[in-house]
Amino acid sequence: MSSFSVTEPSARSKWFAGTLVILYALITMVPLAWIMLTGFKSPSDAISYPPKIVFEPTLEGYVNLFTTRTRQTPEFLAANPPEKWYEEIVREYDMVIAGPSKFGERFLNSVIIGFGSTFLSIFLGTLAAYAFSRFKIPLADDLLFFILSTRMMPPIAVAIPIFLMYRQLGLSDTHLGMILLYTGVNISLAVWLLKGFIDEIPLEYEEAALIDGYTRFQAFYKVVLPQAATGIASTAIFCLIFAWNEYAFAVLLTSGTAQTAPPFIPTIIGVGGLDWPAVAAGATIFLLPVMIFTILLRKHLLRGITFGAVRK
Amino acid sequence: MAKIEIKNIRKDFGDFNAVEKSSFTIEDGEFFMLLGPSGCGKTTTLRMIAGLELPTSGEIYLDGEEISQQPPSKRDIAFVFQMFALYPHLNVRKNLSYPLVSQGMPRSQVKAKIEEVSGILGIKDILNRPVGGLSGGDRQRVALGRAIVRDPKAFMMDEPLGALDAEFREHMSEELRALHDRMNATTVYVTHDQLEAMQMGDKIVVMNNAVVEQFGTPQQIYDTPATMFVADFIGSPSMNFLRFEGALENGATRVDLNGQMLAVPKQLQGASGKLVFGVRPEHVSLSENGDYRGKVLTTEYLGTTQIITLDTPNGELKARIDSAQTATVGENVALNFEAPKITLFDETTGLALRSSLNREVLAHG
Repeated sequence: MSSFSVTEPSARSKWFAGTLVILYALITMVPLAWIMLTGFKSPSDAISYPPKIVFEPTLEGYVNLFTTRTRQTPEFLAANPPEKWYEEIVREYDMVIAGPSKFGERFLNSVIIGFGSTFLSIFLGTLAAYAFSRFKIPLADDLLFFILSTRMMPPIAVAIPIFLMYRQLGLSDTHLGMILLYTGVNISLAVWLLKGFIDEIPLEYEEAALIDGYTRFQAFYKVVLPQAATGIASTAIFCLIFAWNEYAFAVLLTSGTAQTAPPFIPTIIGVGGLDWPAVAAGATIFLLPVMIFTILLRKHLLRGITFGAVRK
Repeated sequence: MAKIEIKNIRKDFGDFNAVEKSSFTIEDGEFFMLLGPSGCGKTTTLRMIAGLELPTSGEIYLDGEEISQQPPSKRDIAFVFQMFALYPHLNVRKNLSYPLVSQGMPRSQVKAKIEEVSGILGIKDILNRPVGGLSGGDRQRVALGRAIVRDPKAFMMDEPLGALDAEFREHMSEELRALHDRMNATTVYVTHDQLEAMQMGDKIVVMNNAVVEQFGTPQQIYDTPATMFVADFIGSPSMNFLRFEGALENGATRVDLNGQMLAVPKQLQGASGKLVFGVRPEHVSLSENGDYRGKVLTTEYLGTTQIITLDTPNGELKARIDSAQTATVGENVALNFEAPKITLFDETTGLALRSSLNREVLAHG
């Protein structure tokens, strides 16, 4: 081996690049870590100044997140000793657990609406992108432009018409309404991103499949889809992140049955002020699905599976 | 195996005419070459036979059955793509089994068939490798394997050697021809390389500008080109064109080239105006004595032969002569033409004039 190579960076530049990346990663992770830590603090630790980095961890925030509590008289408390570990935690504040909070329901709403709209966006987006990529469609360029034009203003700019429309149609505060809304916003992105990915897949693969005795749909399903997996995965992540984090429409259009987690979390009020640990606990749990989804699809994001199969 | 008949086939893409009414017949078991410069419509013709494009008009008969409007899956024709088009998400074995699985062949039979085909092609040891890491030659073999594995009625090959290095191409073309001889399968092969077409083909169709220029065996096409395009396209260096103005009578055996009467095969049609005297470089010889003379411009040494470029009264001319013979640049030498091998053309139409040499070829060309 020679000491100099065009393709292989030197040990020093590798070390330097590695340090930079790690540093950047650490900086971006500070807020995340702070939220996660706050979830395990007691309310007084959470608002102490200077901020505490070392503290005694408690599950108080999580208990407060998932329960509703009531203050009781000393006589009642003395007569009913706490049975479970979480009852002991709230007992310190002379409170008893009255029942579960709405967080579980709201979180489930988020899952249904987020993943539902992602699935619908990807399903419709893939079919539309395939059609735009492969078939001769009259006015294809204009149609693509129209589709994209829905993204040319912030979606919230049309909040009032949508609000009125949803009220008329009875879609306000329904799962279906929210799924349709997020799909509508995401689908233009999905069509454009996926069209780019499908354009990259050489036509010969489908032709080979047609020759090998498959129908057009089988060729799409068995040959195009596996190769578009990378594109589908990354598009799905973008769609999910939008639908999952969306706040403004969720506040506007949902209040009860279909309320998602983002508008719910800020409503968690504790004893004598905002219960920061409970809010932080909610935010932490809220982060998990997107994180898991991204990690699951990471393989597809990183792997260029079509590499080398067609000589260019 | 099958006979393919193409009748008056035509393909338009919008206003663009890719293939003008073309007809030819591919006999059972033939290695058939579609030859022409890029953009001449040869690939479109191939794709129409395979069903990847539907003809605008005309018929295609496969073993007597009209198939021109059928989907490719109904035709039982295999296609080898220039860029191989192996399924990148599958390994070699799965690529090979793909066409069999679509027919619903039982697993054990698929396995046996793949063993057999990979044995023929010498790719047994790479069956479980992903196709991404294969060398060009191995990919080519897998692509061929995918085509032969289901015993189709005919093979379509779209410049299958185009993506290989020059060195390997030679080897692969021999392998291909050997494979064809072994299986005796009707094969239609598209190429722009006239040498490849001459080397491998039983029959050649030469296309240019969406039109079939000539259809015949390599010998017929080389010796008796039907048009000036074919004469120019086939052979390296290509046929010499000595241009002259004059008149020819039906039955003439000599033409007047710049005052010199040169012998030609007996003409079967009269012509006048701008004419062309076509002669292959190897049918020109140099000597001391003779009346039709030219000046040596350059010489190119090619081992056993050499190419001499000369300036004649009717334009530049190349002669292929033995390298033992000396030719000095600037020298004025006499030129002799092998009379029975001469083709005369009408320059305005570009068509060969009928003579005793090409009578039979032009009759059905």
